[in-house]
Amino acid sequence: MLKVSKSPWLLHYDGSSCNGCDIEVLACLTPVYDVERFGVINTGNPKHADIFLITGGINAQNAPVVKQIYAQMPNPKVVVAVGICACNGGIFKDCYNIDGGVDTAIPVDIYVPGCAARPEAIIDGVVRAVALLDEKRKNMRKEAAQ
Amino acid sequence: MKVSVISVLLYLVLGPVAGGLLAGIDRKITARMQGRRGPSVLQPFYDLFKLFHKQVVVVNDVQDFLVWGFLVFIVFTGGLFFAGGDLLLVFFALTLAGIFFVMSACSANSPYSSMGAQRELMQMMAYEPMVLLVAIGFYDVTGSFSVSDIIHAGSVPAIAYMPGIFIGFLWILVIKFRKSPFDLSTTHHAHQEMVKGLTTELSGNILALVELSHWYENVFLLGVVGLFVVTNAWWSGIIAVAVCLLSYFSEILTDNIFPRVKWDFMLKSTWTVTMVAGVVNLLILTMIR
Ligand code: SF4
Repeated sequence: MLKVSKSPWLLHYDGSSCNGCDIEVLACLTPVYDVERFGVINTGNPKHADIFLITGGINAQNAPVVKQIYAQMPNPKVVVAVGICACNGGIFKDCYNIDGGVDTAIPVDIYVPGCAARPEAIIDGVVRAVALLDEKRKNMRKEAAQ
Repeated sequence: MKVSVISVLLYLVLGPVAGGLLAGIDRKITARMQGRRGPSVLQPFYDLFKLFHKQVVVVNDVQDFLVWGFLVFIVFTGGLFFAGGDLLLVFFALTLAGIFFVMSACSANSPYSSMGAQRELMQMMAYEPMVLLVAIGFYDVTGSFSVSDIIHAGSVPAIAYMPGIFIGFLWILVIKFRKSPFDLSTTHHAHQEMVKGLTTELSGNILALVELSHWYENVFLLGVVGLFVVTNAWWSGIIAVAVCLLSYFSEILTDNIFPRVKWDFMLKSTWTVTMVAGVVNLLILTMIR
């Protein structure tokens, strides 16, 4: 009954998003969608977080930041790219300063499409991330046992 | 003797259970006040389980040691209290535990946790006088600092003699429970102006220990609330539990109504309440006795 996935704490980082997706991420916490009913807490601290939600694409300035935040999160952790910008650069793809999606900097586990990603899609992404957390925890155990 | 051993054992075992449930009820009620469904009442236990199963990231060894010190002294504080020990010693142990926690945050060399530590010291400065007044008040009323003597002092509850001190204690409970408006050093809310303050550098199992200590601490603090109400009659225990729950609810309500204040307002208002409610109450007590 007790699983790691019962308490997913997430960290939300705004890469180079237009703020459209950010507002939708925050909308998930409002009474209408209330992701806290799944135990989700929006923490601002990478050391407490299990799920890393990123909106917006990666550029030269935020790539080191994203990498550092990712490195600070203890395992098991899952990365969710929210919005088409975070998936592959989206409408900013051809800009001179954009490297592309989040996967150009760190490994991404779940891609949530949409411009802006709808709260329902984000919740769906978080739910899939939560399932992945359990799997990663199991793998961690196996590796530790070996 | 036997009774005190049993109550200490009960505290050791049931303290975290009650503390975790209270935290869960807190989250549920808070969610309902905000028009949300909220997580399960057992959510704090899921969180604790999760934290124990995360990767262990050690910032430095001293920090782990200090957090353990925090837990041990909180448990000692509560254990001594429920064993019917000396109230002064109980409060000194509580302060020592607090210092351990502050030191653990200081040891991390991170600006956020250092800021949290400074604010925590400010909070201790704000609530400490009132804590001492509580002990002195009980002494004035019952002629003893010993918790078991205070319980068996008579048929009139202490709150009848020191309503002012009780109000003052409820006030500082807001700080102790880390509730808005006085959740300056670290908070369970999502405001993040200095990340998580005191607990910024703590993660995984060490953060779980901090949670656990808070549960023990909260149960102990509610025990002090109960001490204001219990008398030597058996049914006073039921009233004490009811008063504890009521004051816990009022803390949740406060948490949801008031926005966080700056440290100077916290210090001034807490000391004012300590002076007006606490000291005046004590003076009157000394005069009529
Ligand atoms: S996907 Fe659309 S809404 Fe989201 S950050 Fe990119 S441009 Fe903005």
